[in-house]
Amino acid sequence: MDRPLALEVRDLTVAYEEKPVLWDVDLEVPEGVLMAIVGPNGAGKSTLIKTVLGLVPSAAGQVRIYGQPYARRRELVGYVPQRGSVDWDFPTNALDVVLMGLYRKIGWIRRPARRERELALESLAKVGMAEYADRQISQLSGGQQQRVFLARALVQDAQVYLMDEPFAGVDATTERAIVALLRELRAAGKTLIVVHHDLQTVSEYFDWLMLLNVRHIASGPVAEVFTADNLRDAYGGRVAFVTPNAGSENGHLSEPQSLLSRGG
Amino acid sequence: MSTAQIEIILIASVVAASCALIGTFLVLRKMALMSDAISHAILLGIVVMFFLTRSRASLPMILAATATGVLTVYLVELLVQTRLVKEDAAIGLVFPALFSIGVILISRYAANIHLDIDAVLLGELVFAPFDRLIVAGRDIGPKTLWLGLSVGVINLAFILLFYKELKLATFDPGLAAALGFSPVLIHYALMTLVSVTAVSSFEAVGSILVIALMIGPPAAAYLLTDRLPVMLALGVLLAVVSAVLGYLIAYLVNGSIAGSMATMTGVIFVIVLMVAPQRGLISRWSRQRRQRAQFAAEALLVHLSQHTGQPEFAAECAVTHLTGHFRWSEPFAAQIVRFARQRDWIEESDGCLRLTRAGTRVASQVMVRS
Ligand SMILES: Nc1ncnc2c1ncn2[C@@H]1O[C@H](COP(=O)(O)OP(=O)(O)OP(=O)(O)O)[C@@H](O)[C@H]1O
Ligand SMILES: [Mg+2]
Repeated sequence: MDRPLALEVRDLTVAYEEKPVLWDVDLEVPEGVLMAIVGPNGAGKSTLIKTVLGLVPSAAGQVRIYGQPYARRRELVGYVPQRGSVDWDFPTNALDVVLMGLYRKIGWIRRPARRERELALESLAKVGMAEYADRQISQLSGGQQQRVFLARALVQDAQVYLMDEPFAGVDATTERAIVALLRELRAAGKTLIVVHHDLQTVSEYFDWLMLLNVRHIASGPVAEVFTADNLRDAYGGRVAFVTPNAGSENGHLSEPQSLLSRGG
Repeated sequence: MSTAQIEIILIASVVAASCALIGTFLVLRKMALMSDAISHAILLGIVVMFFLTRSRASLPMILAATATGVLTVYLVELLVQTRLVKEDAAIGLVFPALFSIGVILISRYAANIHLDIDAVLLGELVFAPFDRLIVAGRDIGPKTLWLGLSVGVINLAFILLFYKELKLATFDPGLAAALGFSPVLIHYALMTLVSVTAVSSFEAVGSILVIALMIGPPAAAYLLTDRLPVMLALGVLLAVVSAVLGYLIAYLVNGSIAGSMATMTGVIFVIVLMVAPQRGLISRWSRQRRQRAQFAAEALLVHLSQHTGQPEFAAECAVTHLTGHFRWSEPFAAQIVRFARQRDWIEESDGCLRLTRAGTRVASQVMVRS
């Protein structure tokens, strides 16, 4: 494959205290894929994303984004944390949260200007939340909060997006809308790395997959990686209920509608 | 009112505003206890500096106390990182240790000098006007006032300059770090200011009032608004009101000034907790009451619509039937009938309730919804 590597992880080991949470993980993510990171609870999925972003220190190994350490590539990376990681009672509104995605471009001390507000509003419109711009964030539903987080990542206008469970706690409509959005981003040449929990939809939504359980189990195109053997390795024989590589034939989700075309 | 009294009120107001500004971020970061920790632990710094320099000069004291405040924050962080204790427990372990070392040093070696515990806890606002700042032979006001003003200006400037960074690091430290705005740096900067504010204020008003002013007014403001700038302004306003009212009450009853001010912050908080428009207890209670009435009225409409045109309607429509059917008390049934009639959903004739056209529409909407 001659596509450049959007993300490259080598021999990454991460431990909280003495307990290793990621052991010697290798990963290569080519540019332009829509990738799921899948693994059981406590597998280290969130930790992997946080380590890539430099939020958790690594004990060994290295991370490269387009060939450079993260600190040199901040502009290229957009981040969607787990929704539960922030306090939604914070006194601010949806637009303000989206604006936070632009703070790095704005720089220290300077305030967001009109131009930045417009960008944030456009971004809210892309996730169908334009009319909620002034809404206090605690008065948004879980799915709406998730969309605000997505809008915040979109406004970063990144090349690589890291998303921690963007589908957690959203209804089927929002899930379809998010998938459509992810596909649009992929079509625009972005790379998307998404922590995902629903094995049923892996083949349908994603084209690239990493199975993780403390160690790297397998990664690559979904068709090659999403096999019963690999799943058993990742989950330890507890996954009788999924049919690997049958997701796209289930037909339980029609072709996702674009949020853009729904006009909010 | 004498000049001294006006000066006392001015000092208290400036200190109050300063504490509330910085305290807003403590409240938002759920670190209220940190104000407690810092304002007590700084005693150790003050005592140690006193032994080193044998003087009560302000600047070295402030520096030493600030250093102890930051040390407190650092020790708490260290303890939290062991993951053996949570942050609140860590705070509760660190500051009593530092504070009690300070107390022991005072009582063992400095019992006869001017550093007594009462003054630490409650301050000496009454004496503040006597310590004047003389510049070029001219008296320009009490020292404490100028000290408070300087710290207030520093706090305000810090918050105005780094408003965006403070907001981001408070709301989402993960994103702040990912974007390269070091949340650790911001945390320590904020805690340094909390320490400076605490030490510069506590000589005047004592550590109890410092804590009350840092937490009470911002916590009340939090209940009153959804916007951070408004919360900051309201916090300052409520703090100043507490200080002024507190002084007046202390004056009237001839009581402790700091004690009375601290009480006022508590009183104002409780009042706001009761009457705040959205989050107050009264509004929450009446909202629940309204929802309950709404729900009951809708149940009544559905009940009536199901029986309209049926042979048994004459029996089902009776007002007296409601108490049995819904197991409502009579006053509640009367309240619900009134609720529905006010909205023109039902009309009553000969003790029989009938749906109006509007009521029929509402009933069918309710049934679709459920
Ligand atoms: N801050 C922390 N300190 C110590 N241990 C931690 C910390 N965060 C996570 N862990 C541990 O590290 C392991 C991996 O956690 P992580 O959150 O990365 O898992 P995950 O795959 O995202 O799980 P989930 O599916 O539940 O989100 C877990 O065993 C967890 O208990
Ligand atoms: Mg996780």
